[in-house]
Amino acid sequence: MYIYDEIDQRIVDERVAQFRDQTRRFLDGSLSDDDFRPLRLQNGLYIQRFAPMFRIAIPYGFLASRQLRALAYIARKWDRSYGHFSTRQNIQFNWPKLEDVPDMLAKLASVQMHAIQTSGNCIRNTTVDHFAGVAPDEIVDPLVWCEIIRQWSAFHPEFAYLPRKFKIAISGAENDRAAIQVHDVGLQAQYDDKGNVGFRVYVGGGLGRTPIIGTVIREFLPWQHLLTYLDAVLRVYNRHGRRDNKYKARIKILVKETKPEVFRAQVEAEWAHLKDGPATLTEQEVERIGKRFTRPAYQKLDPLASGYVLAAGRDKAFASWARRNVHGHKVAGYAAVTLSLKKTGIAPGDVTADQMDAVADLADRYSFGELRVSHEQNLILADVRQSDLFELWQQLRELGLATPNIGMLTNIIACPGGDFCSLANAKSIPVADSIQQRFDDLDYLYDIGELDLNISGCMNSCGHHHVGHIGVLGVDKQGAEFYQISIGGNQGNNAALGKVLGPSVSQAEVPEVIGKLIDLYLARRDSEAERFIDVVRRIGIEPFKEHVYGGHHKKPAGREQHVAAA
Amino acid sequence: MAVIIKNRQVANNTWQLLRAGGEQTLPAVPPTGDVIVSLAQWQAQKEALLARGGRLGVWLANTDDPANVAADLKHFAVVAVDFPHFTDGRGSSIARLLRERYGWQGELRAIGDVIRDVLFYLSRCGFDAFELKTGEDAQAALSAFDDFSEAYQTSVERPQPLFRRRAAASPVVS
Repeated sequence: MYIYDEIDQRIVDERVAQFRDQTRRFLDGSLSDDDFRPLRLQNGLYIQRFAPMFRIAIPYGFLASRQLRALAYIARKWDRSYGHFSTRQNIQFNWPKLEDVPDMLAKLASVQMHAIQTSGNCIRNTTVDHFAGVAPDEIVDPLVWCEIIRQWSAFHPEFAYLPRKFKIAISGAENDRAAIQVHDVGLQAQYDDKGNVGFRVYVGGGLGRTPIIGTVIREFLPWQHLLTYLDAVLRVYNRHGRRDNKYKARIKILVKETKPEVFRAQVEAEWAHLKDGPATLTEQEVERIGKRFTRPAYQKLDPLASGYVLAAGRDKAFASWARRNVHGHKVAGYAAVTLSLKKTGIAPGDVTADQMDAVADLADRYSFGELRVSHEQNLILADVRQSDLFELWQQLRELGLATPNIGMLTNIIACPGGDFCSLANAKSIPVADSIQQRFDDLDYLYDIGELDLNISGCMNSCGHHHVGHIGVLGVDKQGAEFYQISIGGNQGNNAALGKVLGPSVSQAEVPEVIGKLIDLYLARRDSEAERFIDVVRRIGIEPFKEHVYGGHHKKPAGREQHVAAA
Repeated sequence: MAVIIKNRQVANNTWQLLRAGGEQTLPAVPPTGDVIVSLAQWQAQKEALLARGGRLGVWLANTDDPANVAADLKHFAVVAVDFPHFTDGRGSSIARLLRERYGWQGELRAIGDVIRDVLFYLSRCGFDAFELKTGEDAQAALSAFDDFSEAYQTSVERPQPLFRRRAAASPVVS
């Protein structure tokens, strides 16, 4: 956990005062609605379907227990006693009053938190591998770089008003868990052959209306040049990115339209001016930031003495949870644990204030007082002694946070959808719920094996449907809500975009269509080791299409109507 | 007389800004007085503009490339950059390039949709003069320069980023 120094704290405090003044001027009429809008958006405040929606930054997903308690306090005092963890390691509150937001910000600042640049056309919260620092497959610990980028991006004077939002993700592990290839900039931390740290730089990836996998524009950027190179990328984008059409304003469109090679040359030309300038990072600064991180004081443990394997042998339910929700750790005797926020009947990513307080207590007791938020909308206790796992599991079960479904079909990523979001074409939460209900049987779920199912309520793709093995997209057809199903998407190292299966279907039909996809998969897999995504890659989309829509199977009702409307 | 903010103080605006009318023709240049002309007008009427009395300034649109004016900067007493809307950040990059790459030392003025809430950012990008949009209270806006007492990044105002200044203030004892 990075601990603010006096200047970090002062900047956040000054932001609270600035926003308090802006809110006051808006409420007394001296700041117009049009002028206030971009200002409040840069502070995470949307006007949504029912009320403002307030998005708070959880920089690179790290939370201390005292911060989670502050979020619980905010949820109770100014909202409806719950919060929603988003797919970008942020938390959102759906029911605040505008005039309360300055006080909410002040409360956040008191625990070193903020809502800076959580929305608007600026550099957003940087996201990272949720197992950063503890993953056994980690090559470079990316946390120091996350904080360096957080500071560089906070109130950057030149890039406060970009053509569109700008998202950076970092991974330092062999397996990319941060979806770096579908970000505006993705950074893969690695070593060169002399042992120096640097980054492979991807640019122009993204989901949304025009999903694109990022292009590598630099194979190895030595760490000293991280900020000058980012300045160069952003300057080219700020100057040349399209501003005439918000759907073509992301950097991915600029990269595509100028051609990646030309874009790369423009960045290099700009960088030639900035390289080795004052923003060049120093060892002293990297060391200073590194020392401001608290690191767990691990004990020397004997993993064989943990009793964890024995307990798993005695208790089938614990064994299931341990298999799905417990992850390897680079330190012997420890494990990382995912707290599933994907229990059937609860909106994916939603947590109550009471759960927040309880999780904060568990973090204190079992994981050095820290936790993380994953882009899959779950919470993670990253440093749990294996000998504590059984006890922790029992307590998580009581809290409803031990659903053993990580990596499984019911670990659904979903945006808030039409229930809350004014952009959405269709609801997401009830669809997630109906799918979870259909696959509620754990034996069946485990038989299906690893499967990512992602739901977005509209083309903005907050639910990352393009990179789900199965993706569900809400669409509007003549004023009615329908869902387009795609298969074959993948996040991570072999990032791929799903292909649309066929005509969209009604909400009631979605679980049935998913069921048919699963039936075909189970019939066609060559062994239990062959995952759904592997079968899609091997046999292609056609057999699935045929099975869902084709010949002897009943066509989903309402299909003809959409074809006619298309 | 209309006012601007110059060097963090309210000052009279002695310059006349010449913008093209709707018909896209170049506006007439008054025979005397200080004028700020568009880059297009400068490029079309260089000699006539240099021959007249009164000082000369140029303004760049958000789409203009400051490289196109770099060689001519010696002719100007003011360079202005237009913000059609304060959320169009192109002017910020233009300002930094004028200051940091093309060596412009004179008055750099932000014009157009300039509100107090962007003054802190714009001054860090090198603007030292601001013609606020109609209705903004220049006197009240002055406090916006002090919205923040520190900033992390390099800027025209403070070329050394916070981490270098911090290091200079407390060198590491090894």
